[in-house]
Amino acid sequence: MTLKERSILPGFGLTMGFTLFYLSLIVLLPLSALVIKATALTWSEFWAIATTPRALASYRLSFGASLVGATINAAFGLLVAWVLVRYDFPGRRLFDAMIDLPFALPTAVSGIALTAIYSSNGWIGRHLAPLGIKIAYTPLGVVVALTFIGLPFVVRTVQPVLEDFDREVEEAAASLGASRWQTFARVILPTLAPAILTGFALAFARAIGEYGSVIFISGNMPMRTEITPLLIVTKLEQFDYAGATAIAIVLLLASFALLLLINLLQWRFSDRHRTVWRAMR
Amino acid sequence: MKIEVRGINKTFGAFTALKDIDLSVESGELVALLGPSGSGKTTLLRIIAGLEFPDRGAVLFDGEDATQRKARERRVGFVFQHYALFRHMTVFDNVAFGLRVRPRRERPSEAEIRRRVNELLRLVQLDWLADRLPAQLSGGQRQRVALARALAVEPQVLLLDEPFGSLDAKVRQELRRWLRRLHDEIHITSIFVTHDQEEALEVADRVVVMNRGRIEQAGTPEEVYNHPATPFVCDFLGNVNLFRGRVEGGKAIIGNVALDLPEDGAPDAAPAVVYVRPHQFDIDERPQGRNHFRARVKHINTAGPVVKLELATEWGDAVHVEMSHERFRALQLARDVEVFISPREMRVFPDSTA
Repeated sequence: MTLKERSILPGFGLTMGFTLFYLSLIVLLPLSALVIKATALTWSEFWAIATTPRALASYRLSFGASLVGATINAAFGLLVAWVLVRYDFPGRRLFDAMIDLPFALPTAVSGIALTAIYSSNGWIGRHLAPLGIKIAYTPLGVVVALTFIGLPFVVRTVQPVLEDFDREVEEAAASLGASRWQTFARVILPTLAPAILTGFALAFARAIGEYGSVIFISGNMPMRTEITPLLIVTKLEQFDYAGATAIAIVLLLASFALLLLINLLQWRFSDRHRTVWRAMR
Repeated sequence: MKIEVRGINKTFGAFTALKDIDLSVESGELVALLGPSGSGKTTLLRIIAGLEFPDRGAVLFDGEDATQRKARERRVGFVFQHYALFRHMTVFDNVAFGLRVRPRRERPSEAEIRRRVNELLRLVQLDWLADRLPAQLSGGQRQRVALARALAVEPQVLLLDEPFGSLDAKVRQELRRWLRRLHDEIHITSIFVTHDQEEALEVADRVVVMNRGRIEQAGTPEEVYNHPATPFVCDFLGNVNLFRGRVEGGKAIIGNVALDLPEDGAPDAAPAVVYVRPHQFDIDERPQGRNHFRARVKHINTAGPVVKLELATEWGDAVHVEMSHERFRALQLARDVEVFISPREMRVFPDSTA
């Protein structure tokens, strides 16, 4: 903490106080209610509920599909951001605006739309079915839905960094003899990595919690295509509040651990020079 | 390596950046491309580097056509105005980059890379900063890292775009002299772009003055400064007084005086512009000879190595004159004193605006 340092905008006490209060009210309070609710269970009851085969299958699907979806978004989001920043083409602004649509659309609407397209008699599903590829009502469908809703994150985090990227740096690499691929892999990608990682983390977090768009396309078969949020809702509908909170806590802890890990990685990427600087002084 | 540029033309949309440029740079020479912004000097440099391609014309390296070669195949070291360092790499890794991206069979061993990079860092006097990141360096240090990085690939040509442009005056002077010494040590064919005439005149073996996409004059610093070929060169290189008048019967008529013309005068009976540098005037209390006119002292500035005077001629033009402190004390000049000034040397060009 640097309280003694003079700053042109004072008010550390006030802003920090507000931040803590706000975080407590909006985030910590509901979450602690969740934990308190779960304490109605004994430890062994909690463990039994949290590790039923059905719950374990749902974790695998939720985390697995979210990771795959976020990875796809990291790769293609980078590509989309690249095209939007680097090239000028008719309709660029329109495309740019379209990126945010998955944010704006009610998730149930996107779920129904995706199902209509990917089911075995839908526009795309019809052509894939003869090849033996089924998307709707399979884990693949879950991945498709989670990729759809996570698209804007990587694009929107990478875009500003790419816009700031100095073209001269690429030219410098080329004049030093680097091939296009070397320039990309050794110069551009490391510069964009923190932004890509942030976008990945956001897309991943969003995918873990996603409910509306997935339940239509997944078919919700227990053990096969049932995501964890759906399992929680199912338990709530059966008035099994303690059971629902037990699973919710597993989801919460796992998500938090993963996000923390990603943040640490990112901190190592982007803050590296600042920490070196501090260490030297 | 000798560089030749032949008949280069380059346009960006409706803007003509370069028009029929011919230039040749001898092996081991240090050449300055000097001109105001928009004169095309950076575009020319980028074309030589292969970062830009001409619409017409050719670039020859040692007589071989290199026009179609890509930047990475030209073996040219390029130092960018804003350094363009890789900010996620340490100083060491920045300098080593050009060696590490070589194809496996041409790449030196890691130990050899280490040896060469350290040697270069010693050359630019930055070996003690090898582990820092560019963000932790000052402007002058970054500039030298950029230079070491460009030299690491053992280029045959070194190109520098406004190398000292974004540094403060003192660092600039230091680096300028340092670059000159470095060039005398390693003798690599070098071209640098600048808009600072002092920099070009001080550092370069040869100065190429550019204006609006054309070369106005190319020559040694002495040539371009003392024998400017065009009014633009005369005007751009240092301060100069400008008088509009006529050439009549072998004399320049300015206001109500007639001055004897130097031998390379403008055509007779035509409007002309006469250029006289501030230090090319003699000042006296009494008329000396015939080449003089009357003027009144308006302003005196004695701070600095020379005394700077601002005078007003009888017909109202302002004239800037520089003289030594000794001469100034001998004359005992003060404001509103009337004196006689006579140009020792002058350049006369036909007046194209008349």
